[in-house]
Amino acid sequence: MNLTLKVWRQRDAQDEGHFVTYPAHDISEDMSFLEMLDVVNEGLITKGEEPIAFDSDCREGICGTCSLVINGRAHGGQRATTACQLHMRHFSDGQTITIEPWRARPFPVVRDLIVDRGAFDRVIQSGGYISASTGGTPDANTLPVGKPTADMAMDAAQCIGCGACVAACKNASAMLFVAAKVSHLGMLPQGAVEKDARVLSMVRAMDEEGFGNCTVTGACEAVCPKEIGLDFISRLNRDYLSAVAKSTC
Amino acid sequence: MMKLDSNIPSGPLASKWERHKFDLKLVNPANKRKFEIIVVGSGLAGASAAATLAELGYKVSCFCYQDSPRRAHSIAAQGGINAAKNYQNDGDSVHRLFYDTIKGGDFRAREANVHRLAEVSRNIIDQCVAQGVPFAREYSGYLANRSFGGAQVSRTFYARGQTGQQLLLGAYQALSRQISLGNVRMFPRTELQDLVLVDGHAKGVVMRNLVNGEISSHAGDAVILATGGYSPVFYLSTNAVGCNVTAAWRAHKRGAAFANPCYTQIHPTCIPVSGDHQSKLTLMSESLRNDGRVWVPGKKDDSRRPGEVPESERDYFLERKYPSFGNLAPRDIASRAAKEVCDDGRGVGPGGLGVFLDFADSINRLGEGAVRERYGNLFDMYQRITGENAYTQPMRIFPAPHYTMGGLWVDYNLMSSIPGLFVLGEANFSDHGANRLGASALMQGLADGYFVIPYTIGHYFASHSQKRPSVSHDAFKGVEAEVHAKIEKLLSVKGKRTTRSMHWELGRLVWEKCGMARHKEGLEEAIQRIPELREAFWNEVSVPGGANELNVSLEQASRVADFMEFGELLCRDALKREESCGGHFRTEHQTEDGEALRNDRDFSHVSAWEYQGKDSPPKMHKESLHYEEVKMTQRSYK
Repeated sequence: MNLTLKVWRQRDAQDEGHFVTYPAHDISEDMSFLEMLDVVNEGLITKGEEPIAFDSDCREGICGTCSLVINGRAHGGQRATTACQLHMRHFSDGQTITIEPWRARPFPVVRDLIVDRGAFDRVIQSGGYISASTGGTPDANTLPVGKPTADMAMDAAQCIGCGACVAACKNASAMLFVAAKVSHLGMLPQGAVEKDARVLSMVRAMDEEGFGNCTVTGACEAVCPKEIGLDFISRLNRDYLSAVAKSTC
Repeated sequence: MMKLDSNIPSGPLASKWERHKFDLKLVNPANKRKFEIIVVGSGLAGASAAATLAELGYKVSCFCYQDSPRRAHSIAAQGGINAAKNYQNDGDSVHRLFYDTIKGGDFRAREANVHRLAEVSRNIIDQCVAQGVPFAREYSGYLANRSFGGAQVSRTFYARGQTGQQLLLGAYQALSRQISLGNVRMFPRTELQDLVLVDGHAKGVVMRNLVNGEISSHAGDAVILATGGYSPVFYLSTNAVGCNVTAAWRAHKRGAAFANPCYTQIHPTCIPVSGDHQSKLTLMSESLRNDGRVWVPGKKDDSRRPGEVPESERDYFLERKYPSFGNLAPRDIASRAAKEVCDDGRGVGPGGLGVFLDFADSINRLGEGAVRERYGNLFDMYQRITGENAYTQPMRIFPAPHYTMGGLWVDYNLMSSIPGLFVLGEANFSDHGANRLGASALMQGLADGYFVIPYTIGHYFASHSQKRPSVSHDAFKGVEAEVHAKIEKLLSVKGKRTTRSMHWELGRLVWEKCGMARHKEGLEEAIQRIPELREAFWNEVSVPGGANELNVSLEQASRVADFMEFGELLCRDALKREESCGGHFRTEHQTEDGEALRNDRDFSHVSAWEYQGKDSPPKMHKESLHYEEVKMTQRSYK
């Protein structure tokens, strides 16, 4: 198939940025979206032009590196699918496709379609862990964890940290990301010890990074490649309120 | 003259590590903060090492090329992690895990290292659970296990099909805690350009900031490389597109011996190639083989749909050839068997390069719900990539490069042949011999980082008085100048070909001549053609953009330039090893029924290659392998 791409190009964070139109010829439906971009870039390099910069690594939907807004939807709008796992069979011959970076103030554009998601790392550094140093831990079966709890913790722990939730949110809120980590760790007995301090600290870090507020619209849930649900945001709110109440009484 | 001393402790195998830990010198807690350690790579091995060393009090700088340490390719490991916990009461033990690993590696790994790995495997699970890794559990609340790739006991711990992700996030979170405490300085989006030696010891690195192109020197008291394997030498592999051999290769050129590069693992269950545009291959976890049956039509060029081929006309070739292990035969064996039936014209799908992995029997026996519960995410991934529904028709799979057992040579302390340079995880060669068993990579990466290096690196500090140099030392200036010159050279070729097309050409050549089956003539041809390709690369490659900016083309070209050199060493090693063992199959050396034929008399050794300069062939050194505990047998899974 042949397509027309409208791609966001921006030299660096200071540059204003603009759309550039490129044709994409002879695209096979078996290609992934990123392989289609590879083909376009091959053409640009051959002509001595600078290729479109975009982030990707594992290309199997788990590392969370790829980060494209495709036709207005983070990761392109296929259910539970990252951009690297989106295949061209979902597009049709002659279509025009708009490709943009994540757009959120806490994620400044580095170049073209690449953004800086360091804010997510800093939020984790503020408390998104269990303070267990290596060694001295008891046998793994000492503390049983009910299967439903372990399963639910895993549902939350699946977050790949891609930032689609922020990109999709009208307020650039990181609540789903933070909720996933707070829930994953707080639900397990190993993580319960630091539960209150963790949620207070992570919410503070999230606010300091400039992520916006949550209005429970659910745009985040709709684009999450791991289908992390809004329930976890309710859990975060509950954990947060409980921690605030405890810290003030 | 390179001298390789494995430093294996004396005494009975089972007590070597315990005893060695006592014999290792310690660094006083108050002195640890005076030592700076450079860790390159933030996957399971790198992140676990960086976090643990920082917890001990060392000052750590950790570098990764990804935008966050959480994205290292360990994250993509699906199936699980082995540990000799014997929670299932099914006959497992440290000794059995040790023996299975030695046998699975086709008797080409060091006994002492493998035994230590089996011992510490138990601590890893304890550690990960304490970190909050949400492993699968039974209704009792206790941990669940499954049997995995070639094991007859259930010792694999897993977190759905995302075990690597959960273990990496555990290590990443431990690392994040140390970053917040100021014990680790983290440098994402930076890539190693070269290693710096002072008086023969590894004392620093030269890095490139991938955002602004800045070249900077970093000095340390020791350097740890945890930079993964070299599968992308084949171009197509299950590795991430950024995975590369650069750090290991640059260290090799500075004097680190490269061991057993020809031991490459071709994973049997990947989604087949769909066209030349393809940028990577996707693994379907081997755990699928627990419930899927592998078959091809009995007749050549059978164009019927799979459902139309009656049971009697199907060849369940793994069950037929290996009745006791069946579909669970180890990776090297299963891959080669798939290649054989495809070479015989019985492959399925486009180009006849595929075999079926069929779940119909399991769905009938267990119900679709149970199969979905176990493998739902894998079936979904398969459907996204191929557009096919594996609940109603068999999956198509084909072998693909996945893991590399070879790597930089290290001694028992995980130190390379350069003093002060330690190598962890897939980047070293030490534990898997000629073939790695499923669910053992995660085990090794975490063993090295959490439980081995924290003991052994202190011994190096306590035994050597070499001080950490300043980055203004001439050695850094010299290496920096070389790095700048190389980048300028890449940018100034201004040819007509893309890096990608040349990498593709190299990969195709190495896959054909040094892939699942190798022979003398093919390898000799590759050894002749790779230098030609390398020369073409330096004359024809086009690298647009500049040095002082984010330049993906430059990053790729710099990595591929190293693969162009490394590919030749891979083929030389494969040529020199005149036997078949594990992932290394020489067609000249096979039994009458086509199984690998080892030659223990002449090849029971590690081949460690020493770089001899651009214009001289590398020199091979041998480290003999001595087996005190196990008796070498022909590996049989029949």
